[in-house]
Formats: sequence, C-alpha cells, structure tokens
Amino acid sequence: MSSNSFQIPKLKKADRAPMTDTKVLLIITIAVFLVMYFCAVVFLGKGFTKPQTFFNILNENAALIILSCGMSLVMITGGIDISVGQVTALVCMSCAVHLDYHGGSVFTALLIALGIGLAFGLVQGYLIAYLKIQPFIVTLAGLFFAKGMTTIVNATQFNVENEEFKALKATRITVPGMGSINKTGVYVPAYVEIGVIVALLVVIFLFALLRWTKLGRSFYAVGGNNQSANMLGINVTHTKFMAHLLCGFLAGIGGFVYFMHVGSGSPSHAAGAEMNAIASSIIGGTMLTGGVGNIIGTLFGVLALSTIKNIVSSLGLDEAWWTNITIAAMLCIFLLVQSVVLARKNNKK
Amino acid sequence: MSSNTVKNQRSLGNMAKSVIRKQIFIPIAALFLLVLFNLIADPSFFQISYQPNSEGFNVLSGNIISIIDRASELVILAIGMTLVTSASGGQDISVGATIAIAGSVVLRVLCGSNTRPETLQAPIIVAFLVCAVVSMIFGAFNGVLVSWFKIQPMVATLILFTAGRSIAAWINNNELPVISDPKFAYYGNFIPGIPVPTPVFISILCMIAIALALKFTNLRLYCQSVGINPNSSRLNGINPQMIKFISFVILGLCVAVAGFIKVSRLSTINYSVVAKDIEMDAILAVALGGNALGGGKFNMTASIIGAYVIQFLTTTLYKYDVNSEAISAYKAVVVIILVVLSAPIVREKLGEFKKKIIPSKAVSKEAV
Repeated sequence: MSSNSFQIPKLKKADRAPMTDTKVLLIITIAVFLVMYFCAVVFLGKGFTKPQTFFNILNENAALIILSCGMSLVMITGGIDISVGQVTALVCMSCAVHLDYHGGSVFTALLIALGIGLAFGLVQGYLIAYLKIQPFIVTLAGLFFAKGMTTIVNATQFNVENEEFKALKATRITVPGMGSINKTGVYVPAYVEIGVIVALLVVIFLFALLRWTKLGRSFYAVGGNNQSANMLGINVTHTKFMAHLLCGFLAGIGGFVYFMHVGSGSPSHAAGAEMNAIASSIIGGTMLTGGVGNIIGTLFGVLALSTIKNIVSSLGLDEAWWTNITIAAMLCIFLLVQSVVLARKNNKK
Repeated sequence: MSSNTVKNQRSLGNMAKSVIRKQIFIPIAALFLLVLFNLIADPSFFQISYQPNSEGFNVLSGNIISIIDRASELVILAIGMTLVTSASGGQDISVGATIAIAGSVVLRVLCGSNTRPETLQAPIIVAFLVCAVVSMIFGAFNGVLVSWFKIQPMVATLILFTAGRSIAAWINNNELPVISDPKFAYYGNFIPGIPVPTPVFISILCMIAIALALKFTNLRLYCQSVGINPNSSRLNGINPQMIKFISFVILGLCVAVAGFIKVSRLSTINYSVVAKDIEMDAILAVALGGNALGGGKFNMTASIIGAYVIQFLTTTLYKYDVNSEAISAYKAVVVIILVVLSAPIVREKLGEFKKKIIPSKAVSKEAV
C-alpha cells in the first residue's frame, strides 16, 4: 500500500495505478519466455544455441509482432479486432496481383497495402466507436469480408516475379557481433530481414506513444473505465476510433511485411494470424477487459508463442495439431491467470 | 362513411406498424425479398421434382428442398446460439470446430481402431450418445470459462476455435475413417421409402424439443433476465453463472446433433473443411432474427427463420456461380448492414428522420 502515500506527485500516481498489474503480467511473460528458451537450449541443444535460430524466430514473426501490437492497442481500449489476419491475406494478394499482373512498382504496392489497412481501420473504427456496435461482430464481418475479397481478387496462389520486389525480399541485414560457424567451418554472420527492423520500429514507436503521449494515456483511461475517462474530459469515442484506425493501419503494414517475407499471394496466407495475435497479446499481459497492457509484453508474447512453436516442431511432433493445441492451452492458462489477477484486484477494492 | 374509411385506414396503418415492430418481421421480410428476387430472376428456382435418386427410390429434389435440408444443422445451431447469446451477451465462435470434434468422435466410436470397417463396431445410438457427452463437456468447458472465470464469451471460445479442429484430427490420429454401412447414411440423407431428407425431421424434432423446453421450464425467463442484468437476477434468486453454464451445455448438445448430421451426410469427415465458417452463419442467423447480440430478450422462432434465410441466401449465391470462398464477402456485407440498422444510435437517428417525414404524411392522409 506504499503507492497510496501522499508524497508522490499526483500525475505519477495516476501513472502508477494501472502499471502494477501490467508489471506483474509483464514479468510473468518475460519469465515464461526466458525459462522456455533456456529449457530449449538445455534439453534440445544445438539448434537453439545458435543466434540465428533466435533471429529466424524474429524473421518469421515480424508481421505477427506488428499485428499483435495493433491488437494490443485495441485490447487496451477494451475492444478486439479479429480481422487482422485476413486483412494481411488481402494485402498480400492485392500487392502480389498489383506487382505481377499490373506491372506496378514496390512503392505503389506499399501504398496499396497501407490503403487497405487504413480503409479497414476507418470503417471498422467508425462502426465500433461512433455507431457503438460490438467490436467482435464488426471485425468478424471484416474478417469474412477480407476473406471473400481475397478470393475475388485472385483465387489461386502464385509467387511474385517482380525483380525490384525480389531484391527487396532478399535484402538481409547482418547483425554485428553475432554469428555461428557452420558445418563446413565457415563463419556465417547472423542476419535479419527488413521486416524485423520495421517491426522493432513499430514496437518502439508504439511504446513511446502509449507511454508519453496524450493519446496513448487516454487509451489506458478509456479501457480502464469508460465513464471516468469521459468525466476526465477524454473523448472516448474518438479514442476508440483512433485505436481501431491504428490497428487497421498496422494490419496494413504487417500485411506488407508478411508479403515481403513470403513473397507470394494466396488466399490461405496468414490463416489464423488473428488468433496468434490475440494469443500473443494476452500472453504478453494485455487484459481483455481493457486498461492494462504493454507493448514490450506483447513483443515477448510473440516470442514466447513462436518459441513454443519451434520447440513443438523440434520435438518431432510436427503434426500441425500439436502446435494449435499447445497455443490454445497456453492461451487458456494465461486467460485463467488474468482472471485470477482481476479477481484479486476486485477483492482488494 | 368517410370517417369510417379513415378509421379503417388508421387501424390498418396501426396494424402494419405493429407488424413491422414485431421482431419476427425482420427475417420474414428478408426471406420475402429473397423469394421475390428469385421469382423475378428465375422462376425455375422453385421447381420441385419427384424423381428416383441414385439408390433407386423416389425422393423430392429441388432448390427449396435442398435449402430446407442443408439448413438443418444451421437451425439446430441457431437454437443453441440464441440461448447463449441471450444469457451471456456474447457468441460462441467455436461451434464449427466442436462440430469437427463431435463428428470425429462419432466416427471413432463407430469405426474402432480400424479406419475402413466392414461392419459398425458399435450401435449408432451409442456413438451418438458418446458424441453428445463429449460435445457437452466441451460446451461445459466454454461455459466454465465464461461464467466462473468471467472471460468474454468470444475470447473464451477462441481457445476451442484454435484447437478444436486439431483435437478432432488427433482423436482419429489424423486418419479419415469411412463408414460403408448404408444405415449410418440414413441420418444425413434419405431413409428408403421416405421422400423427405432425414435432417429435416431431426431439425423439426429439435425445434419441438426447444419449444417444449421454453414452454414448460423457466429457461426463457432465466436466460433473458441473466442477459439483461446478471446482478439483479442474482438478487432475485437466480444463479447467473449456472444459467450461462447451462446455455453453453445446451449449445454443446446442439453441436453434437449438428455434427452427427454432418458426418452422416458424407459417412466420412474432413477436419479442416467440415462445418467451415458455420459459426459466422449461426451468429448471422441470430442477428437476422433481430435478437440483441448484447444479450437479453430473444425470439427463438425469429432465429430459426433467420437460419433458413441464411441458407436461402447461400443457395441463391451458389446458383449464380459465386465462388464458395467469395460468398463470405457478400454475407459480411449483409451482416454489416444488419448490425448498422439495428445499432441503437442509428435507430434513434432513423426515428428522428421518420418523425420529420411522418407528420406531413399524416396530414396528407387526413386531407384525403
């Protein structure tokens, strides 16, 4: 109860109150990730000791990190967005068709990606914030709309042959000081793809946004308690709208990053990514009830989730169902933890 | 004379108003629009023929029959979904995945360890009972998360939505058992000698069951009161957690029946495709029935008609060669239009708009 002492300036106290839950959940997440990775190194050995294994996890999940960040924003305000996965697929397909069939350039493809993301964010945000429709219903419709539109744009999978894009896709950034010696004895430096840099920039930007800007703080306020936020003079409707708009925009960016990673368009791309994004956010300590969450936690949530996937596949249980079942089990456990934390908080009051 | 006619007109107007205000008006109007569209576009849509099928006995066939037949699972799901929506204020998005589990269990029990058995390894009724119990356990799992751990229904059911199909594949070791016994196919197709598909009878049985349950138990009252205000229903002696839990278990039973029909149709299962996107259709049926998706009052008949409307829409779209994957885009547009129209804020605005128009109309009527 030391946080109740009156010496602390008022502003700081307001900052601190929602942070305690966040810290507990954040520490749990980071601990889970570290323990898991440590266990993997000890019990599964070689693969996990190489730095490149870790960077590969980043490379594969750069898009998921971006999507999860958007999801966390929305979840902090108390909403949810389950359309992000299919928006990613739609972005991939549209960009692929634009590059290959219409002879477009990478820059215009990027604009298309951002445009699609913004359009989804705008429409969904408007319906949710201004017309006050349940976010789940709106984004479920968004999910199915994006899914249908993807097949309308193009129904089959194909690889992009655009030279400019291929060069971009193959660009690798070496990580200084990291690397390993491969079987032939040659030192191979560890590398990351452009997507990872984008993802990290997004994480830093959102961290700053949530920590130090008025908009970021009002996300927490709105998620914590709608009415009190309203009484504090925060425009609740506008804040919710901004959260969904940002989430849609991030889905656009995430879609392009995903596109850069896979380099093809397919209706089945990013299937279930929304579930992974929600799971990552929840594992990362974002509370579904809103008002609690942390972008760094989300980053670790994604890492924990993908480490588990890697462990499952290196255990030889690579039948697809084990991955899904472990993810679901993890999601379940973290939901229960949250529920307990929430119950304790309510009891304290 | 003239005053009389005015009165009649007024009462007619009132009647029209009261009809429009009724919840059941929305799905019936949608159904009417679809029928009208098909009548104008192609009247042969409604043709029903009485021909021998591949097994050599006469059955009814045609678009209308296929709509009523194919909608069976959806109707059964809509019944459970309406209860869940009413009591918990959220929807269960795991129904498609749990249908896969239910179907997988049925096949597992009937086939035993052999995936291509010559004879059934267990009576069909045993298989159904096992699958009902398993589905109800999964329903109970969702119910516990929602009612006691107070997790939003859609997020709680997300767990099974993610894992369900994988669990279904795991139950049968990822093999696809096929049942050759023709008796098993009766439940999803035709019983020899009866020209109407069996799922229609099953869905009618379910409707009768739920009608009786709503008539003779407090289910409706309790669900609605819990959905409207859990705290005040608790103060009135209802256990809101229990009611939510029960609604999820009932949905589990509905899922079992739907899953049983689904596997019986093909006598086999494809885990990733069976009942795909059916959760969307079930939620859409509830929404189309004019039920508040935030919980509270519900109208079961409207939901059931809603389910038939969805199937009608799907069949109509199929008829015009819309890609089965692309159909979801059209349905999504329908959902958005529906929820926008039913949003309280939009209703208020529409009401104001009506007020501006209607006085002038009333005046003109008086003048006539």
